Amino acid sequence: MKKKFILEGIDCANCAAKMERAINKIDGVKKATVNFFTSRLIIEGEDEKMPTIIQEAEKIIKKIEPQVVMKKV
Amino acid sequence: MRKQLCRIIIAGILFIITTIIDFGNEWLKLVLFVLSYVIVGWDIVRNALVNIVRGKVFDENFLMTVATIGAFLIGEYPEAVIVMLFYQIGELFQSYAVDKSRKSIASLMNIRPDYANLKKGDDLVKVDPDEVQVGDIIVIKAGEKIPLDGVVISGSSMVDTSALTGESLPREVSAGDEILSGCININGVITAKVTKEYEESTVSKILDLVENASSKKSQSERFITRFARYYTPIVVIIAAFLAIVPPLLIRDASFNDWIYRALSFLVVSCPCALVLSIPLSFFGGIGGASRKGILVKGSNYLEALAQTEIMVFDKTGTLTKGVFKVQEIQPEGISKEELLELAAHAESYSNHPISTSLKQAHGKEIDNSRISDVKEIPGHGVKATVDGKIVLAGNEKLMKKMDIAYYTGEMDGTVVHVAVDNEYAGYITIADEIKEDSPKAIKDLRSANIKQMVMLTGDSASVASKVAQELGLDRVYAELLPEGKVEKLEELFSYKSPKGKLAFVGDGINDAPVLARADIGIAMGGLGSDAAIEAADIVIMTDEPSKIATAMKISKKTLKIAYQNIIFAIGVKVAVLILSALGITSMWAAIFADVGVTIIAILNSFRALNVKNL
Repeated sequence: MKKKFILEGIDCANCAAKMERAINKIDGVKKATVNFFTSRLIIEGEDEKMPTIIQEAEKIIKKIEPQVVMKKV
Repeated sequence: MRKQLCRIIIAGILFIITTIIDFGNEWLKLVLFVLSYVIVGWDIVRNALVNIVRGKVFDENFLMTVATIGAFLIGEYPEAVIVMLFYQIGELFQSYAVDKSRKSIASLMNIRPDYANLKKGDDLVKVDPDEVQVGDIIVIKAGEKIPLDGVVISGSSMVDTSALTGESLPREVSAGDEILSGCININGVITAKVTKEYEESTVSKILDLVENASSKKSQSERFITRFARYYTPIVVIIAAFLAIVPPLLIRDASFNDWIYRALSFLVVSCPCALVLSIPLSFFGGIGGASRKGILVKGSNYLEALAQTEIMVFDKTGTLTKGVFKVQEIQPEGISKEELLELAAHAESYSNHPISTSLKQAHGKEIDNSRISDVKEIPGHGVKATVDGKIVLAGNEKLMKKMDIAYYTGEMDGTVVHVAVDNEYAGYITIADEIKEDSPKAIKDLRSANIKQMVMLTGDSASVASKVAQELGLDRVYAELLPEGKVEKLEELFSYKSPKGKLAFVGDGINDAPVLARADIGIAMGGLGSDAAIEAADIVIMTDEPSKIATAMKISKKTLKIAYQNIIFAIGVKVAVLILSALGITSMWAAIFADVGVTIIAILNSFRALNVKNL
């Protein structure tokens, strides 16, 4: 399953790279990419683990850049 | 952003006044310095504190806070303020640059239609393009974007396809023509029947592609994120070492001096310039390419394109128009017109491209009542009775079979021999035409340092070698079946150097396996063809092969910019680090290595977006 999100307010390219790295390590994630310029997060992961993946991803994002809001496309 | 600018200006003025005017009171001076520091940098300090509480150290906020507060503590007040001031200017510039590139991407994304005029009975309802279904009727007024792919049922208009193809000349459409979402209807009102849902429409596919393009990262981007990961911690560790160890070991060394050097390290420790400017270059390159009607599916492909050594082309539809045309009519004993007329009538029951081109060249209505007893002889040709005469039309095998002496000299293209009542009547040659753009494409690619240009085709050897010769290709492999193309491609891989890449250019319809096997698969004429967009790594929206050379130029320019940024940024940073460690430079140089380099690198990467003259 592929899920797309908008990361509103992301303003640091290095943080985007950090987020991408951390989200890729979440259990069940096949591939995650954070595109700093289009402010898009795309997560490809196992269907049944998706809810927890999204929760974890949100936590990671909040930790790295607290002002970022994760929204569904 | 404006608020930020105000803070920088106020703090800057206060700082200048404090430095220039001699108050005669050191305490007042310190208070004013602290004041301007607080005005410009309070949010950085706050963020640093918040992040430490959250268990996240070593981010930019923390490093800048330590560097500046450290400078205050060792009595370097002006430096403390100036570092924060410039850091904020750099940040402001970065967000400006990011904002600007996001906007230029948005303008690229401007092809996204906002609504569709759905026809419900006699009414027009504005709806979200998402809600329109296949078979629905939509109306597109002048100036509106075409929201979904469809077929025109009534009305005619000029359509601007430039957002998709980079082609500035508008195209005329009328009833029966296909229209693609993302184009703009210029003047007339057209009514169209929707053929694809929004998700499947051209505009969605293209937007999806551009949005996802940066998920496939180039080697330079990967290198830089890896570099950034280790760079900051290493620099910070060295800074800590510099602050503590030398003053303890070296006699006469003062803590203040070495701490100053260590603080300079912290100022240089931020990897922003690289982490931002390298992906920005690639993003610019991909964006610039799409303005030219070249869709690149990832930074990695843009990077690989510059390293292409072998370019392999499919013939039909790629280098040639894919439309067969009568080239030569050589009658024997009858007139040219008669020969063509007989051949066109004899072949008229077939729907083979040869028959189509004969009918086209003949240019007149085929009178079916004149034809009888049509018999196709598979692999040979046709036997038919036209105006009471027995006409044979086909290849040389047919002539041999029927024992008719035929012309055996040199002939180009596909040959149709004709015999009337067992008497040879001459031949007609039919060939595909080379695209007007192909010679330029080959020339441009040659000057872009492509070492070998190869053509693979299922067509006959004589036709293939003629095209290859005319265009000046290096190798040609003809009469290949689809599997044969993949085999040949495998073979060609051995001709390139280990670092070089092999690209295959095809029309994307029946070349999917070859497109997939090549390092870079390039599909031509992708506009409206899902297969091409799916299978290829790079899609040329128009039919022009010369766009491949354009894409290579964009690729090379982008790579050059990316490398310049890497070398410049790392070079300056390392140089300043060494000089600071030796105590030769001041913190000013460190500020330049951080903020100055970021600004210059970003400005440089903006150049990638400019592809006008390529």
